[in-house]
Amino acid sequence: MTPLLEVENLRVRFGSRKAGPVVDGISFTLSRGECLALVGESGSGKSVTARTLVGLTGAGSLVEKDRLRFDGEDAARFSERTWRRVRGSRIGFVMQDALSSLDSLRPVGREIAEPLRLHESLTRAQREQRVLELLDSVGVPEPEFRSGQYPHELSGGLRQRALIASAIACDPELVIADEPTTALDATVAAQVIALLNQLKTSNRALLMISHDLAVVSTLADRVAVMRAGTIVEEGSAAQVLRDPQHPYTRELLAAVPSAATRHSRLSPGPPLAVRDRSAVRPRERPAPGTVLIEAEGLRKSFKGRDGRARAAVDDVSFVLAAGETLGIVGESGSGKTTTARIVLGLDTPDSGTVRLRGRPWLDLTAAERRAERRHLQVIYQDPLGSFDPRYTVHRVLVEALRVAGIERGAQLRARLRELLELVQLPADLLDRRPIELSGGQRQRVAIARALAPDPEVIVCDEPVSALDVSVQARILDLLADLQRELGLAYLFISHDLGVIHHLSDRVLVMKDGAVVESGPADEVFAHPTDPYTKALLNAVPRLAIVGAQDD
Amino acid sequence: MTTTAHLPAPRGVWLRSRLPRPGIVLAALFLLVVAVAAVVPGLLAAQDPLAIGTDPGFLPPFASTAHLLGTDQEGRDVLSRLAHGTAPSLVMGLGATGIAVIGGAVLGLLAGLGSRATEAVVMRVLDVVLAIPELLLALIVIALLGTGTEHALLAVGVATIPYYSRMVRAQTHVVRRSGYVEAATGLGIHQASVIWRHVLPNAIKPVLVLATIGVGTAIAVGASLSFLGLGAQPPAPEWGSMLAAGVQYISVDWMLVAIPAVVITLTVLSVTVLGQDLRRRAEGRTAR
Repeated sequence: MTPLLEVENLRVRFGSRKAGPVVDGISFTLSRGECLALVGESGSGKSVTARTLVGLTGAGSLVEKDRLRFDGEDAARFSERTWRRVRGSRIGFVMQDALSSLDSLRPVGREIAEPLRLHESLTRAQREQRVLELLDSVGVPEPEFRSGQYPHELSGGLRQRALIASAIACDPELVIADEPTTALDATVAAQVIALLNQLKTSNRALLMISHDLAVVSTLADRVAVMRAGTIVEEGSAAQVLRDPQHPYTRELLAAVPSAATRHSRLSPGPPLAVRDRSAVRPRERPAPGTVLIEAEGLRKSFKGRDGRARAAVDDVSFVLAAGETLGIVGESGSGKTTTARIVLGLDTPDSGTVRLRGRPWLDLTAAERRAERRHLQVIYQDPLGSFDPRYTVHRVLVEALRVAGIERGAQLRARLRELLELVQLPADLLDRRPIELSGGQRQRVAIARALAPDPEVIVCDEPVSALDVSVQARILDLLADLQRELGLAYLFISHDLGVIHHLSDRVLVMKDGAVVESGPADEVFAHPTDPYTKALLNAVPRLAIVGAQDD
Repeated sequence: MTTTAHLPAPRGVWLRSRLPRPGIVLAALFLLVVAVAAVVPGLLAAQDPLAIGTDPGFLPPFASTAHLLGTDQEGRDVLSRLAHGTAPSLVMGLGATGIAVIGGAVLGLLAGLGSRATEAVVMRVLDVVLAIPELLLALIVIALLGTGTEHALLAVGVATIPYYSRMVRAQTHVVRRSGYVEAATGLGIHQASVIWRHVLPNAIKPVLVLATIGVGTAIAVGASLSFLGLGAQPPAPEWGSMLAAGVQYISVDWMLVAIPAVVITLTVLSVTVLGQDLRRRAEGRTAR
């Protein structure tokens, strides 16, 4: 049987012919009944490849290929008209961001009916009937009710399901899913993965684009690893994930944090070795085990749109001791970030107290609180947003050092040098603005700024969620090194159970503002007692890579 | 796919994106002439703008080498009057906008950073002011203070304060909730320093761009006040008053109306074009 999709030597450039290719000569085939995953980090060209396959590369693009065949036909010669007939009817496309991919001004039922209206001759009643069947088949409860709702009225999971329903409305032979679970919470993502699994029928091929190796390992039959526009390794999922041949694939697999990577390094390269620490005034570190933060009975509620109070944080208590990492894990809306903001003194709790180094910190006067802030620093998920857009890296760091009392001169320069060395950034970045830096570099600048006042505690609010897995690995390793070198305590907030398990000594599992389970990380992850924790742990796709962890 | 954002653009691309369009070059050149006229009007027109000469009135443009743009009803040189009228007209535009921006920034910051009650009071007062048409409001101020250039300037400035303060307030709300203001607070910087160093400069940036467009509008409003006889008083040369005087003789010599009208229009247009280009560049920079 001929493959459904044949791609040979596909090259895509943007701008001029001289511009470097974004996709640089990739070839693959895809047969019916098969799921191929294109895996890679941002900038690897995987999404551009997917869009090119449906003729949506966009203006200013230059697509060259030796061969592009769809079901035996030469798709390279398809006119725009032919493409329109193929898209939506024979090829379904599921995008990453369901909220912006669905028309916000139309009920989802009409959105799903659209491909049916375009490609099939059905009466209105037949179409409506088909929409309800589709919604039901993708697991949307109460299809009659839901089909009349607008995208913003649906939850993220339901939106993604609606998008999948519209992609498969005309029963396409090829479904392309571009990061279908990336924006979803773990439990919801697991349901969407199960749904995508059902789409794999004998007559249909699934092309999946993802950065997440674990998700890929649960779905794909074959995996193609992309990097800088080329496929570096391709093979069956089991073979690529268990016995990777290319060094980049190995690096990617080793970079995924999980239970197995605890207390080990995720990235290649030597650990941080601080040569000269003369610039730091020798300061006494609190002895390990000294309680630094004590939160007791924190409660905070916000008024919802209906005027009723909704508890964002509901009776949360914990302690954080010097030198340890406390992980707070939960899905979106579980109250993790609000808890962090209360600890940081950026939000006031309705009730409860936070003691910082034994002092009830929320009762301090503004001036006393400012003086205490240097002990407690923070790094955010979005480092770029946390820098004044007008400031260079130099100015960002100098501002932080001035607050710490290091005003000018040789001491300031020495400390600046030391901070850069700690976060392993070259000094020539000082004159750049953060917007000119890469995501990993930005987060390093944010860490350097947090280290400037020589704090004892750093609150890390999803610090690696926006980063590629290999960059995430380097930042996580850096945080571990800094903890070891400087004796820092971390309050580490993440939705990613793997990250939390990798680096936490103790964990709090949060749901709907309340702590459902807490304890030493190994214990909670190995023997969860709360049903929600169990469900959360089950929902996480696990990477089956027993043999890959040897090196 | 934005990881290439930090790479420097190739040289050719840089040149292409920085080379301004011809309209912008023309606008800049015109404003350069206007600026010269404002500083040294004698350079462009050697004659006394107030001298009622022996030459006949209502000379059409280009009819005499002594009066390139002709003479007005009193036989005064139109080019000279235009040139000498530049400075007061520009002072009107810049001064009024300056008053509006400063007043707008103060009120906007007060509303954006103050308590809810402060914000409510400031904004409702501004809403009432906004409800009155700009020109009418300027007339009220002049009715209270009397006629004259400086009063007209003040009037136009005060009348446009609400536009700027609304924008500053909205920007302040955005900026004060931004990550970098929170980060600065988290570092332990004093609240006043946070406002001075981070909130004010970032909130005011888009307003300054709006102001360049406002300069043009202010000249136009100032000209209409002069046209009504409430701004610059005769015989002082000013574009608006030239227009007003010319209207009485429109059936005799329509050029007396057309010339100042074209100059006002071109100035407003040039400032607006440059202002919009500036805004486009500013937004392009932040959006990148």
